[in-house]
Amino acid sequence: MELAAVFPDPPPPDLARTLDLGGFRWKAVGSTEAAAANEPAAGWGGAVVSCDQDPEGAWALCRSLRKRDTPVTPLLVLVSGSQLADLELRNDLFDDFCLTPFHPVEVEARLKHLFWRGGGGVRPELVEYSGLALNLETYQASIEGRPLDLTYMEYELLKFLAQNPGKVFTREILLSRVWGYEYYGGARTVDVHIRRLRAKLGEEQANLIQTVRSVGYRFGQSRWGT
Amino acid sequence: MLDSQRDYVLRTVEERCVRLIRLWFTDVLGTLKSFAISPAELENALEDGMTFDGSSIDGFSRVQESDVLAIPDPNTFEVLPWGDPKSPEARVFCDIHGLDGTPFQGDPRQVLRRQLQAAHEAGFTFYVAPDIEFFYFAPPERGTTPVPLDEAGFFDLTTTDVAGSLRKQTIRTLETMSIPVEYSFHEDAPSQHEIDLRHDNALTMADNIMTFRLVVKEVAAANGVHATFMPKPLEGVQGSGMHVHMSLFRGDENAFYDADDPHNLSPVAKSFMAGLLRHAAEITAITNQTINSYKRLVPGFEAPVHISWARNNRSGLIRVPIPKRGNPSATRIEYRSPDPACNPYLAFAVLLAAGMKGIAEGYVLEPEAESNLFELTDAQLGALGIGQLPQSLSDSLKVMERSELVREALGEHIFEWFLRNKRNEWRGYKTHVSAYEIDRYLRAL
Repeated sequence: MELAAVFPDPPPPDLARTLDLGGFRWKAVGSTEAAAANEPAAGWGGAVVSCDQDPEGAWALCRSLRKRDTPVTPLLVLVSGSQLADLELRNDLFDDFCLTPFHPVEVEARLKHLFWRGGGGVRPELVEYSGLALNLETYQASIEGRPLDLTYMEYELLKFLAQNPGKVFTREILLSRVWGYEYYGGARTVDVHIRRLRAKLGEEQANLIQTVRSVGYRFGQSRWGT
Repeated sequence: MLDSQRDYVLRTVEERCVRLIRLWFTDVLGTLKSFAISPAELENALEDGMTFDGSSIDGFSRVQESDVLAIPDPNTFEVLPWGDPKSPEARVFCDIHGLDGTPFQGDPRQVLRRQLQAAHEAGFTFYVAPDIEFFYFAPPERGTTPVPLDEAGFFDLTTTDVAGSLRKQTIRTLETMSIPVEYSFHEDAPSQHEIDLRHDNALTMADNIMTFRLVVKEVAAANGVHATFMPKPLEGVQGSGMHVHMSLFRGDENAFYDADDPHNLSPVAKSFMAGLLRHAAEITAITNQTINSYKRLVPGFEAPVHISWARNNRSGLIRVPIPKRGNPSATRIEYRSPDPACNPYLAFAVLLAAGMKGIAEGYVLEPEAESNLFELTDAQLGALGIGQLPQSLSDSLKVMERSELVREALGEHIFEWFLRNKRNEWRGYKTHVSAYEIDRYLRAL
């Protein structure tokens, strides 16, 4: 899960505890400047903003996180009952809210739901390469949109290769990384499975997996364009 | 590993909307058996197996202990490439166990597993690659001679080659089922075809042959054609064999290869071959299990008759092909008598047992037979010490019956059942009066 910004700095202790117990990765920021200075290269993965102590600062931060080319999402605000009116006309500044004092389980559930909806956290991981797609979440592979039915070991081998395109692996490395050391079939097993995969990929895609003479196998093009 | 395999299978069933899972296993005679379960039952089946009444299966239980357990081997789970692509079916091979969880003695897959385990304990992995021949015929009618689809010869290429397109469809289907093909071509006889599979470990290959036979028949049937693995369907032309290429690997090394030997054959290879040759007659009932099998094993049709070996002489039982480009890992031997109507699990089990016996006992390999054995007289063959394979199913059974090697390899249960079943088959045949006899004797005598 990506790093989330949490306001204020330090956040209320019960909020910090809830985030930790929920397994979220977060960093406290006390101002818009601090949020900008501490932003990870890939951008904030979300934000939790508590309006209890400093409503002005809180909404300023929300505005700075949302009014930009790629708005930070998801954003959860925590407001007290008397602050509910502040939500009006600010729908674009947050994705969901929670009333304070909050129930930890509710905050966690709302955040998980937000991350799920936004595709963060549990986003199905896709590995794609030249018409081949592997969905690591569902174990499904497809080629040019058609399902590619694989046995378990074929899938594991293809996944390992496709996650490391352009890299040459020896059969021994593939055996230890994909099968594990306890497998006794020897590196010949790797050759057998590579053949099965090529046969399944079909003539047009069979060269996705290339034999590198007297070394091993490479998925896709070499990094050096040879 | 097992848990993630199970997860993979369960998830795939869900994601691909598989509506039926076929549990496959094989009876003693090598017939593929199947029963289907719904996706809801699969998790339970993977965990605990599915109970079924084994007494209905040839060579399985005696009636008083009839229930057995089919436990799916999740690594063999495969979505079937035919049927409705929107709600496909899948298959998984099963090992059969007794209700107490021990391997079931009547299960050929377990017999092969046992032999592979023994070879593994000696440090070897057993690889095989079969060349499988078969015929395409017009749908057969009872009591008539089969009608070939074409009269084409070896390697013929014609535009109206129906069989060629059947073969292409078959290969595509095989390849989507994890069965890579090495070569395929039109064989000598009319409508006869050969498909050579790429080597794999023996257990997977036995599974593959079961799948192969089904795929060939399915594709043919979908095109209104009958495919058959009968060893000798037509008199006067070649029969269908299943040459088995074999090698043993010790880790990544081909244990059959020796750079210092003039023929590049290691002592392991030589003892293995000596084991096969010494026990060849004993295992023939398993590698050639039908009455019809022995009508193929006659001189003149490229099938072996004599128990001998050679490097490039196709009249012997074992041929040692010369590997391409001197590739050491391709060193192998080709055992030429089996036919595609055998039970591949049992055939591989007895082949391995015979070869391993040769290694364990350090059998010495006799010199190769370089001449064309079909041209030698019995006296000349006798002088060379070259014997013959059994001439009939009855002869084979008599030799097998006395074989400790085969009894041990198959286990008491299958050994006894097989002999009983096949003796009955022979008795039935012996009382049959054939058209040949009527033609030959009715008017003359």
